[in-house]
Amino acid sequence: MGNMKLTLKIWRQSGPNDKGRMETYPVHDVSEDMSFLEMLDVLNDQLVRKGKDPIAFDHDCREGICGMCSLFINGEAHGPGRGITTCQLHMRKFKDGDTIYVEPWRSTAFPVIKDLATNRSAFDRIQAAGGFVSVNTSGNLVDGNAVPIPKHDADKAFDAATCIGCGACVATCPNGSAMLFTAAKVSQLALLPQGRPEAKRRALAMVEQMDKEGFGNCSNTGACEVECPKGISLEHIARLNREYLAATVTKE
Amino acid sequence: MARSAILGSSLAKKYWMALTGLFLSVFLIAHLAGNLQLLDMSPEGQLKFNAYAKFMTTFPVVKAVSYLLYFSILFHAFDGILLAFQNRKARPVRYAKENAGANRSWASGNMALLGTLILVFLVIHMKRFWYEMHWGGLGLDADGNKDLYAVVAAAFSELWYVALYVASMAVLAFHLLHGFQSSFQSLGLNHPRYTPIIKSVGVFFGVVVPILFALIPVWMFVNR
Ligand code: HEM
Ligand code: SF4
Ligand code: FES
Repeated sequence: MGNMKLTLKIWRQSGPNDKGRMETYPVHDVSEDMSFLEMLDVLNDQLVRKGKDPIAFDHDCREGICGMCSLFINGEAHGPGRGITTCQLHMRKFKDGDTIYVEPWRSTAFPVIKDLATNRSAFDRIQAAGGFVSVNTSGNLVDGNAVPIPKHDADKAFDAATCIGCGACVATCPNGSAMLFTAAKVSQLALLPQGRPEAKRRALAMVEQMDKEGFGNCSNTGACEVECPKGISLEHIARLNREYLAATVTKE
Repeated sequence: MARSAILGSSLAKKYWMALTGLFLSVFLIAHLAGNLQLLDMSPEGQLKFNAYAKFMTTFPVVKAVSYLLYFSILFHAFDGILLAFQNRKARPVRYAKENAGANRSWASGNMALLGTLILVFLVIHMKRFWYEMHWGGLGLDADGNKDLYAVVAAAFSELWYVALYVASMAVLAFHLLHGFQSSFQSLGLNHPRYTPIIKSVGVFFGVVVPILFALIPVWMFVNR
């Protein structure tokens, strides 16, 4: 067992309609080798033993690939550290005796379900609005490798495709904008020949859905790129701006 | 073009923000070139400045551009405030602790505040010079032109006005430091080769233009 003692200031909210408040929790027996989520497990264990309601937070893979974990830790999405999710954040980033603020993603489009867990299905709806390629599955599939794709384009598309839909970009953005996410989902297809036939429709539909969900507008602060666990580049936002502009002025 | 082409979507609002912002930036250069003539405080310099002011308020092409300019300022301000209100609505509950310095420049997160301060300055500034030039009871100089130089010299002999002017130029500098390069990104103009150049030009522009503007009232105050 570890020997770090910490003070946690955590957002508690019993449900979507509760007002919610910050509450203070001491936590002991924290090892610096634990991940931040394991530390919360320890705290929850301590709470349950005292007969209290454990803190709800999202998690799944715990290895930085699913995008399920969240948490705004000490004023930053996924806490201090770059290119990592909260499940990849280790307690050695903190010191014995530290006070740590833990809050949910704050966005109109990501309502709190309970405590630190938010509903991020707005991202699913943006994706469903156009983040796909229509494929004919009636038995006459084309071999994917039959279409030549320059390595450079394939790499860029893959970079965009590494977005795990965690929502850190929205949580970090002072405007609560979802441009980095939407741009990544548009770019991963726009860069490939298979994505071009539906490019116009895709850009228009996904931006329309993004606006409808109540996300803010992009001010190009670049905060999202810094906090994104996958290092999605602002270049993709510029690409979405181009795609949408071209689609808007040429649509019939 | 559909409704979304004007103000309907978040992106359309940003295209107009960028276009008007860049147009205003170009205008700043023209305005600065005119103002720099004020540094020549000799009697001939004063007459030359007044002749220039007359030209700028009467030549048809300049007049046409000036209407576009008025419209751009109003539209940029309206659009910017609209964006800022929507952004505020997108985060109804603020963070108890937010480390903004970790991931963005101060200016980039405060464009609406900076813009509003510029707007306040513009109202005071236009009342003092633009309104006076057009509708005020200005005296005539030796060449029979409206003596705008005298109005400027009077304003820049007041310490509070000089201080307000210099402070406003600092505000403008921060607005441009983020805004210049941001407008290219908004229009989708991002390229690994050119974006670093655009950013450097933006820093140069955002620093040099406001400093040269601010130099003029300071110079005229010191030499009054
Ligand atoms: C000489 C005056 C001005 C110049 C040269 C100027 C220039 C610019 C530029 C180049 C941008 C970047 C646009 C983009 O990100 O695409 C910008 C953004 C902005 N400007 Fe101005 N501006 C001026 C005055 C004002 C005024 C009077 C306001 C009034 C509120 C204002 C409010 C804003 C806001 C809110 C933004 C950020 C928009 C966003 O990214 O969300 N500006 N400005
Ligand atoms: S762009 Fe980055 S921060 Fe945003 S959802 Fe995707 S992985 Fe998360
Ligand atoms: S739990 Fe899957 S990314 Fe963190």
